Amino acid sequence: MAKLTFQTDLCKGCGLCVNACPKGCLTIAADTINKKGYSPAVMAQPDKCIGCAFCATMCPDCIITVEK
Amino acid sequence: MAVVFEKPKSLANVPLHYCPGCPHGIIHRLVAEALDELGIEGKAIGVAPVGCAVMAYDYFNCDMIEAAHGRAPAVATGIKRCRPENIVFTYQGDGDLASIGMAETVHSAARNENITVIFVNNAIYGMTGGQMAPTSLPGQVTQTSPYGRDVNHCGWPIKVCEMLATLEGPEYITRVAVNNVKNVNKAKKAIKKAFQNQMDGKGFSLVEVVSACPTNWGMTPQQALEWVESDMLPYYPIGVYKDRSAAKEEG
Repeated sequence: MAKLTFQTDLCKGCGLCVNACPKGCLTIAADTINKKGYSPAVMAQPDKCIGCAFCATMCPDCIITVEK
Repeated sequence: MAVVFEKPKSLANVPLHYCPGCPHGIIHRLVAEALDELGIEGKAIGVAPVGCAVMAYDYFNCDMIEAAHGRAPAVATGIKRCRPENIVFTYQGDGDLASIGMAETVHSAARNENITVIFVNNAIYGMTGGQMAPTSLPGQVTQTSPYGRDVNHCGWPIKVCEMLATLEGPEYITRVAVNNVKNVNKAKKAIKKAFQNQMDGKGFSLVEVVSACPTNWGMTPQQALEWVESDMLPYYPIGVYKDRSAAKEEG
């Protein structure tokens, strides 16, 4: 199983990672805000993650680290 | 567990000032990854433009210089001629490279200066609030073309790659995009090759990256990437426009 680590405080909630994920694992946490005032992207279904790093490839702020 | 993806070491771990969903961040990462993989971070010198990427000097861990608007290729020429052992690259937007800096771009290409140019084309002036750029598409609505770009009045958008490819000088001219994972990976290869060309002393390499500007296009980040695919790429097709070494090898 793959493990994703988000630097949540740098996230701007643009959602490009959510759209890039082929398994639909990620979501925008609409009920929380980070230091910058955005709702950050979070892992919603870690079991489905295959560690393809598509999310990290599309992340404009380079906040995702992928381990597999 | 092994790390399969992390922030490249050449990219500083600081918040980027770009708008949410701005592909500048992706392109910064691709440049930083190329610097890391080629092991040239210590001897690379970047030239930041005027435009949205004006603060790129805070984001790369290599040495950086800020050039006057459009003059990045001229500044890079000076650095490279004084310090040929360093790897010199410019990072410019379309307002910087294709408008005020067109002369510097064309002449550094014609002289085949041994520098690498990263040209980010998002068809609009981003930093100043979304005015029409030389690369804005026909009919595109911007702050200064509220009824759409009228080509009879404003002229046609400039295709920089096609234009520079007609010159004898440049070594490598290519256009890539960052609108999906596949294209991002292709863009990474092109950027790495552009740096490798400089290390091999081959000459002027320009990578045009078709990018997006969700804020000034008035779209969500995802819609903007879809607009790149549906509207920009038909006008600015992806491809290698000039690769002198490859052409020579083919005979």
